[in-house]
Amino acid sequence: MTDNRAAGVSNLTVRYGDTLILDDISFSVDRHEIFVILGGSGSGKSTLLRQMIGLERPVSGEVFIDDINITRCPESQFSEALKKIGVLFQGSALISSMTVSQNIALPIIEFTDFSKKSIDRIVRVKLSLVGLEGYGHYLPSEISGGMKKRAGLARALALNPEILYLDEPSAGLDPVTAAEIDRLILDINRQLGTTIIIVTHELASIFAVAQRVIMLDKSTKKIIAEGTPEKLQTECDHPYVCKFFNRQT
Amino acid sequence: MMSIMAPDSPSPPFEITETDDGKLTIMLSGPLNIKTASPILNALTAALKNKSLTAVTINLKHVSRVDDYGALVLYQIKNDVLPPDTDFHLLNPPDVLQTMLDQMAAGHSDSPGQPDATLSSKFILQTGEATIDTLKSIKEFIDFIGAIVLSVMRFLKNPKSLRTNDIIGYMKTTGVDGLPVVAMISFLIGLIMAFMSSIQLKQFGANIYVASLVALSMVSELGPIMTAIIVSGRSGSAYAAEISTMKISEEIDALVTMGFDPVLFLAIPRMIAAIIVIPLLTMFANLFAIFGGLVIGITMLDLSASSYINQTFNSLKLFELCWGLSKSFVFAIIISGVGCLRGFQARGGASAVGQAATSAVVTSIFLIVLFDSIFAVIRSYWN
Repeated sequence: MTDNRAAGVSNLTVRYGDTLILDDISFSVDRHEIFVILGGSGSGKSTLLRQMIGLERPVSGEVFIDDINITRCPESQFSEALKKIGVLFQGSALISSMTVSQNIALPIIEFTDFSKKSIDRIVRVKLSLVGLEGYGHYLPSEISGGMKKRAGLARALALNPEILYLDEPSAGLDPVTAAEIDRLILDINRQLGTTIIIVTHELASIFAVAQRVIMLDKSTKKIIAEGTPEKLQTECDHPYVCKFFNRQT
Repeated sequence: MMSIMAPDSPSPPFEITETDDGKLTIMLSGPLNIKTASPILNALTAALKNKSLTAVTINLKHVSRVDDYGALVLYQIKNDVLPPDTDFHLLNPPDVLQTMLDQMAAGHSDSPGQPDATLSSKFILQTGEATIDTLKSIKEFIDFIGAIVLSVMRFLKNPKSLRTNDIIGYMKTTGVDGLPVVAMISFLIGLIMAFMSSIQLKQFGANIYVASLVALSMVSELGPIMTAIIVSGRSGSAYAAEISTMKISEEIDALVTMGFDPVLFLAIPRMIAAIIVIPLLTMFANLFAIFGGLVIGITMLDLSASSYINQTFNSLKLFELCWGLSKSFVFAIIISGVGCLRGFQARGGASAVGQAATSAVVTSIFLIVLFDSIFAVIRSYWN
């Protein structure tokens, strides 16, 4: 165990029935790092993320949030671990019957003892942080895909988590909006010191934000590359890694 | 001059220094973030309340980190705790702090709660909105009837456009799968009716008329209405939920862009299936209710099975049966039509699906009772 580790997995193996998804993978994410999990479609990226946030339990191996082993800890410790993380889901997962502001306020109301007025002020800051000033009273169905992502990000940041998990944050967005999300990720990392773990396969975003990446392989179910994106682009050993970073077929 | 140290708490320490002329300096240290904000705010509020101060200075020199919750503490002390005429200064503020304070002060309406309104304006607003919604709903209802007529004409012109496999599937889910619950409820209703009526009729030696009572009331009235209510709860809500889910996930838009008529594709097969199976279910309901009455007749009223069945046939006329079935035909149109309409009307997210299903059942039951009353009026004039 290292003092600088914010999250990580150790010897993780995941199966769905008889199908092997991830085979004995290990890595750790440092505090304040922007860490990207890469891989082609079906390589188990989202499965790995679901394991890392405790939504699913592995066949074997350990998953850490800070220094808590969430695969073996009691329920109370697991709840403590969840308070350290924020998650942005691929489809934003905003609660459709609540306005954007109500979505952001939801965890603040539940887990802090601030007054309604104080919560309104915090919500306003969060909305400003993601550039959604004035959109607080809109329902999720009334805003665009990019705005939903930003609202989801604001909700994930509601309690200023130590670690932020982002599942495909810029997927399905136009390049300008995707670049805005990338800039937001960098700002959050810089201003709040948040550790950020991203699952994506958007090359532009990877080069814009990633400090370190790992790449999962669909056939071996293992990590086939680890390093900075620039290093993997120029010094790749594995043919799939070279193809991926150089957009070759 | 006096100094107050922060009370024992997990919050980082602060020190308050007050001079005799009402000037106060607060020296904060350590992190001022989500973990420490609430205890610091509470402690400072308690320390500053009811003090007559001319100026307050908060020194942030020894604060290691400030986040938006920390900014909230400073904002609340300035705006909510101190009197408005108190001079307030921040010493050594970090760069990001002023931005967060400005964002808190911004006046746009992003409150998580509902906008404030007086009771009377709320009433007027809600009445207006309800009226507009009702008018819209009526317009959409008329539009939907028009769309159904057009779709029927379309499939009469081109019968291949009708999805017959879907009709069979819906007949199974609405009819076959619904039969056990309809049969069980009808049997129990027949049983209860026979039992309750027998208590009175027994006194007059009119046990045999229990058979007439059960048969007549079920075939012409209770059979169609009970079946319709059960099917509305089971299948009408399912139609609305299925179609509304397709609506919010843009599946219906996809059908339109592929050149399909969504009403013909989704509503007409369901309506045809319902029109076929609901009268059949009604006949089964009548049968099981009569059987329930028969059980009471044999076990409690000393009637033989043959005399009970004979009396049932004697009291029923073909007209009663046709009258009941024509009602269930109309109820089938109401249940399937309303279920599909509510599905097509859905807008928004997941909650719209629940609203569509609930609304489909409530509207169907209301219309079933309304049309049953109309049938009763028609029959009274007919006689």
